[in-house]
Amino acid sequence: MESQTVASQLRESPAPPDNIIILAQDLWKIYDMGAIKVDALCGLSFSIRRGEYVAIMGPSGSGKSTLMNLIGCLDTPTHGEYWLNGRLVSQLTDDELAYIRNKEIGFVFQTFNLLPRATALHNVELPLIYNGTPPAERLARAEEALRMVDLGDRIHHKPNELSGGQRQRVAIARALVNHPSIILADEPTGNLDSTTGEEIMALFDSLHQSGNTIVLVTHEHDIAAHAHRVIHIRDGRVDRDEPLE
Amino acid sequence: MAAEFRNIRENLLLALDTLRTHKFRSFLTILGVLIGTTTVIGVASIITGLNSQLVQAAEQYGSRTIWIYKFEIGFVFRLTREQRMRKPLKYEDAVAIRDFCPDVERVSVEIFHQGLPPVTKYKGQDMVNAQLFGATPEDFSLNNVTFVSGRPYTTVEDLHRRNVAVIGADVATTLFQNENPIDKDITVGGNSFKIIGVLGKRLAFLGDNGDDRNIYIPYWTFRKIYPAARENLILAMAYPNRMTEAMNEITDVLRRMRRVKPDQPNDFGMATAASVIGQFHQITGTVALALVVLSSIGLLVGGIGVMNIMLVSVTERTREIGVRKAIGARRQDITWQFLLEAMTLTGAGGLMGILMGYLLSFTIRTLVPSLPSSVPLWSVFIGFLVSIGIGLFFGMWPAMKASRLDPIVALRHE
Repeated sequence: MESQTVASQLRESPAPPDNIIILAQDLWKIYDMGAIKVDALCGLSFSIRRGEYVAIMGPSGSGKSTLMNLIGCLDTPTHGEYWLNGRLVSQLTDDELAYIRNKEIGFVFQTFNLLPRATALHNVELPLIYNGTPPAERLARAEEALRMVDLGDRIHHKPNELSGGQRQRVAIARALVNHPSIILADEPTGNLDSTTGEEIMALFDSLHQSGNTIVLVTHEHDIAAHAHRVIHIRDGRVDRDEPLE
Repeated sequence: MAAEFRNIRENLLLALDTLRTHKFRSFLTILGVLIGTTTVIGVASIITGLNSQLVQAAEQYGSRTIWIYKFEIGFVFRLTREQRMRKPLKYEDAVAIRDFCPDVERVSVEIFHQGLPPVTKYKGQDMVNAQLFGATPEDFSLNNVTFVSGRPYTTVEDLHRRNVAVIGADVATTLFQNENPIDKDITVGGNSFKIIGVLGKRLAFLGDNGDDRNIYIPYWTFRKIYPAARENLILAMAYPNRMTEAMNEITDVLRRMRRVKPDQPNDFGMATAASVIGQFHQITGTVALALVVLSSIGLLVGGIGVMNIMLVSVTERTREIGVRKAIGARRQDITWQFLLEAMTLTGAGGLMGILMGYLLSFTIRTLVPSLPSSVPLWSVFIGFLVSIGIGLFFGMWPAMKASRLDPIVALRHE
């Protein structure tokens, strides 16, 4: 194990070509629970091109959530390389990861995760606050993002004054506002009824159409069917990686 | 520029919003800080008011005048046996000071009764608390008095033991409501005196000034009427900027006159406006120190309350912290958010305390006009800064705790 860690660091490969937005090579995530070590990811590799629409599927316990945390730069792999938009992010510090999350990743969560006491506008402004965008520009960009998700007339509403679908739209606007490299959606329709869920998926489809790279993490086949490619995860490895028609 | 400063406005708005959302909880939390600040400001305002009143009251007697008596003059609370046994100063002591102290410009002597003062009467009016003094004519200038009407008596009148009197402002208003006192005859202890002068009202320290109830008659008239009176008070005026020298010379002369052995301490006391003020500053300094200790305990308890509520707030908002981290907040952003929140909380408590302190000061001034109080600016600054400092200090740990949360765990928190 020791030698493997050293070897993988020494074998640092050159940056992937520009059209590869995500390159995961031999990702391991080992949770040390004291007496036992749990391998959540066991040498997982894949790549995603710019502009792709990918679904990651897998049963619970497959390492799907762990992989999503790594893709979202919320966590770092035990070893292995993870390149995001030409940058090796697998060995960054907490603060550097925060910067990457802010610039490169737009999160969309199952439970929306909006700040309950802030207006839709302020929720969307938040990522811009953390990278120091001047107030006037911030406001303009947040309003524009909200218009893009058809909430131009709801910008001063608080989350509890919005429907579930509208809340998820606010979350999507928040994910878009920094023009990230990827939009990472974790069960985005899990808390919505099927009609609203379809509306949200239609929004993702149109976002993909306008050039965004989208990574969907889901266990629902209906949802995954919107993507153009599905990566199946099982036991911490890529089980199948297949394009969809 | 560092992000924490860029985001101060946002964080401040956020903190104020939290304050608004949890009004009652916030208020209870900052009660300790509020009370602490109020106490500091309130007591500081009283001390400042008293100080300025005392300085004015003491300085109206002139900064070059030295009071000499057999006891120490000023804020004396108890006399020792040795002090009670001291022999009074004599008229001859004053003469010696005048003749042998080159830095003393002028000298006057006052003599008075110990015990109940004699009753003063004018027509049907009685005044029982007027104090009769026999004073040499120089006494008026040494005491720095003003005359609203009439004149002081002269050395000739003193040496001829004339029955004339100069009365203080309160004596005039008590005995002569609508009349002009000049040339009227009053009786003091059965002896008749013609009023030749009325003094102006003196500045008071805590209530009224006792000197306004004084009746001054010539020194030798007093000695003639009361041959047994022995309590002399000597006033000496030093030449400008010669206070220390004058006091040393007086000490030498009096030790010789009273035959104090070289190894014995002085058996008399001296006071000046400055020494009285200095004594008072010592007293208020002690009070201020006690106040600082007491209010720090209050502030400490308040600070612990703030820490507690901030820890609750961090737990309540774990998920929010997770969201903020997920969308790019760094550790220091989270730290500053919670630190600013704690500082806003205690700062608000401080501001309320300052307001309450002003209100307290105003109420005291209105209800007890003789107890002056004015809020010193330094106490406002210190009160505010200490309040914010409490937030900074006691908010540190909860803020660090928040910033160290793992975003994955925080996002999953229910």
